[in-house]
Amino acid sequence: MPLVVALLCIAAFFAVAVLAAALGQRRDPTTTVYAASLAISTVLLLTALAHLIAGGPTLSVRMPFGLPVLGAHFRLDALSAFFLIVIDLGGAVASLYALGYGRHEDAPMRVLPYYPAFLAAMNLVVLADDAFAFLLSWEFMSLSSWAIVISHHREPANVRAAYIYLLMACFGTLSLLLAFGLLAGANGSFAFASIRGAEHTAWASGLAIILVLIGAGSKAGLVPLHVWLPLAHPAAPSHASALLSGVMTKVGVYAFIRIVFDLIGSPSPWFGLVVLAIGGITAFLGVLYALMQHDLKRLLAYHTVENIGIIFIGLGLALAFRANGIYFAAALAFTGALFHVFNHSVFKSLLFFGAGAVLTATHERDMERLGGLIHRMPKTAIAFLIGCMAISALPPLNGFVSEWLTFQAILASPQLPQWGLKLTIPAVGALLALSAALAAACFVKAFGTTFLGRPRTPAAANAVEVDRFSLAAMFILAGLCVFAGILPGIVIDGLAPAVAQLVGGVMPKQSAMAWLTIVPVEQSRSSYNGLIIFVFMVSSGTLTALAIHRFATRATRRSDIWDCGFPLDAPQTQYTPSSFAQPIRRVFGTVVFRVHEVLDMPQPGDTRAGHFGVRVIDPVWRFGYGPLARGIGWLAKHFDRLQFLTIRSYLTLVFCALILLLVVVAAWR
Amino acid sequence: MGTLAFDLAHLLAGGMLVLSFLLLYQDRITAVINVFAWQAIALSLSVAWQSIVQEAPHLVATAVIALVVKGFLIPFALHRIVRRLDIHREVEQVIGGGPTMLTGLALVALAILLVQPVREAGGTLTREDLAFALAIILLGLLMMITRRNAVTQIIGFMSIENGLILAASGAKGMPLVVEVSVAFSVLIALIVFGVFVFRIRERFDTVDVSALDRFRGERRER
Repeated sequence: MPLVVALLCIAAFFAVAVLAAALGQRRDPTTTVYAASLAISTVLLLTALAHLIAGGPTLSVRMPFGLPVLGAHFRLDALSAFFLIVIDLGGAVASLYALGYGRHEDAPMRVLPYYPAFLAAMNLVVLADDAFAFLLSWEFMSLSSWAIVISHHREPANVRAAYIYLLMACFGTLSLLLAFGLLAGANGSFAFASIRGAEHTAWASGLAIILVLIGAGSKAGLVPLHVWLPLAHPAAPSHASALLSGVMTKVGVYAFIRIVFDLIGSPSPWFGLVVLAIGGITAFLGVLYALMQHDLKRLLAYHTVENIGIIFIGLGLALAFRANGIYFAAALAFTGALFHVFNHSVFKSLLFFGAGAVLTATHERDMERLGGLIHRMPKTAIAFLIGCMAISALPPLNGFVSEWLTFQAILASPQLPQWGLKLTIPAVGALLALSAALAAACFVKAFGTTFLGRPRTPAAANAVEVDRFSLAAMFILAGLCVFAGILPGIVIDGLAPAVAQLVGGVMPKQSAMAWLTIVPVEQSRSSYNGLIIFVFMVSSGTLTALAIHRFATRATRRSDIWDCGFPLDAPQTQYTPSSFAQPIRRVFGTVVFRVHEVLDMPQPGDTRAGHFGVRVIDPVWRFGYGPLARGIGWLAKHFDRLQFLTIRSYLTLVFCALILLLVVVAAWR
Repeated sequence: MGTLAFDLAHLLAGGMLVLSFLLLYQDRITAVINVFAWQAIALSLSVAWQSIVQEAPHLVATAVIALVVKGFLIPFALHRIVRRLDIHREVEQVIGGGPTMLTGLALVALAILLVQPVREAGGTLTREDLAFALAIILLGLLMMITRRNAVTQIIGFMSIENGLILAASGAKGMPLVVEVSVAFSVLIALIVFGVFVFRIRERFDTVDVSALDRFRGERRER
């Protein structure tokens, strides 16, 4: 029943997409489309939630379309139910937000038909139960999201972003296709059930894991495949950015989990090491990139890279523990990863909505040109602050819980028998701690320069608060951040069926603990109680405020702000995002990004303006994609000659190819 | 199946292979067409012998089609084209006769090497026939790429088709419909080629296909 409802909802999404395309010629269907998407997403969300909470059985259905022998298989198990919740929570809230935000769109028909189709495709991916249906919906998801990315196509930067995204998406799908080909074996049994049941040789499963890391990683944003995220995510309208960054990257994570944990079975623990190392590097580099950014939406996109790294650290730990039969730790790490998937989808959507609200109010994304918005947009500022605290992993919010669970799993690493893993995992843990700290610094910068201080431009000074729908969407998500942070036990218990299905163990049942404490392994080792911390923070904060108000003087004093002994009125004298990032840029940037600070100071007595610039070299572009693109260009130029051969030369080419292949066959045997 | 069945089948198929080499060696167009006619006759004999050995009466039809269409009809038509168009009678070779023959020998060796390990897929008869057929196909391809003249390219193509029929007749139970449709497609190919040759002649006063390349403007000036 829930599966049928889900499939019907997906069909309804497609119908809305077609209707939007058909109706859009006559009148603006913005409200209709977003209201319909909101309704359908809510139904899907409730269905999946009910299925997961009730511990419903695994359902599967075979549809009579698709490949002739194969058909199209769909399946709803605990893992798909969890990801359905993530997708449709994001979808519902984004639709609610878009009811307000979408009205500011210049060319709504460039987004409207693709938006429900994109939601439908993401839902289909997590329900697909054979390689063909999976790849088809995966590719449909890529294409519909590409159409949304290129919706503001007048800007050359967006066209370039969409082009790079399309390249990465094609490349990723190709890798997944090859991975499924390897797993299906010579008989070509593409149904997930038969892939799951089959025995895979060590080299086939190893190669498949590498291919899936490339294919799913390019969608999720693992370094060095992350390059399209910071370009494409900000290019889309903000509600779609939230979906791209908060939700679609999670579908990439889903693909990785489904194939590596479920279909391949039990790979060697060393693959856990590979995943861990990539996750650690991704987390660290992602946050460093984000620190260098002053474009609000691009900063958020780079933070998605960081959070995907954190999720993959958890997944790598789970792989390593599961391969060694340490199930409690595997369950702990896997729960941490899934919890972070949920958390990131919540607070990243919230932050993108906040960025969208700022964009609507000021038409600015550059933080150097914002400031002081807390006075003009107080509600947005509060919601955005909660999102910033959650993503910085501050207790008592949800981001802290999932990162803390991942750390608990890292602390269990001495139980692993492999010395390589024992030595690497603490190093990855250090990277994780470092990126968590840098993320906090980064969001102090993001919130501080955007919302605090004085407005740097008239646009920021004249901002007004956004509409009710946008605010409602933001406050729902902010409420979820607080809820999942204070009552994490509920979420952990909800995740238990999916965890049990994939890693073979579960964490202790949290709702049985006293006082809403969560205990990852046992009471004597570690425990966390969000409620106590919350109560403590609220009560101590209130008491301090009362004490200050009671004992301090009430006389209002006026003085100059931060004038550094130079009472200048211009808002340019404020601390800027670049100045905020400077210490960290100097420490890490000189090594990783070869940052050069270029100072052009006029001679004393000279009246021209001085200049201070920062030159950043992105190593991924400089040493990875740049040479690759040049190599492909060189090859294409030289193979171009093949287009101008004579008929006889073509025949000769065919002949030589045939002879070569025959010789290979003769020699190989 | 006695040794006679083997020997005769091998003799006929081997004869076709020898005729393929003769095709490669000829440097006059009329002689090339005549040798092709002989190869088609050898093919029809070979197929007829297969029909007796395999007791498959429908192969007789194949043999008759090969004899009538490729032994007489096509050579006759080609002779007519050559006479009507007053084509230059010498075959222009890209690679000289000696190297072509040596390459051909290497191709035959390759064909035998390839087919030799095949054991389970049918009797020895099939296997040897397959080696001969593969060699004939490769030699036909070689002929197509080492000759400049359009008519000799047609002959190379037809001789590839001869090799295919030889291979197919060795396999047990080839349905007649396949053979008929192949024969028709060959005839249609001949018509297309014929029109093509006439057109080239009308336009360029030659059937040297390199004239076409110049016309397409796609040969780069060096």
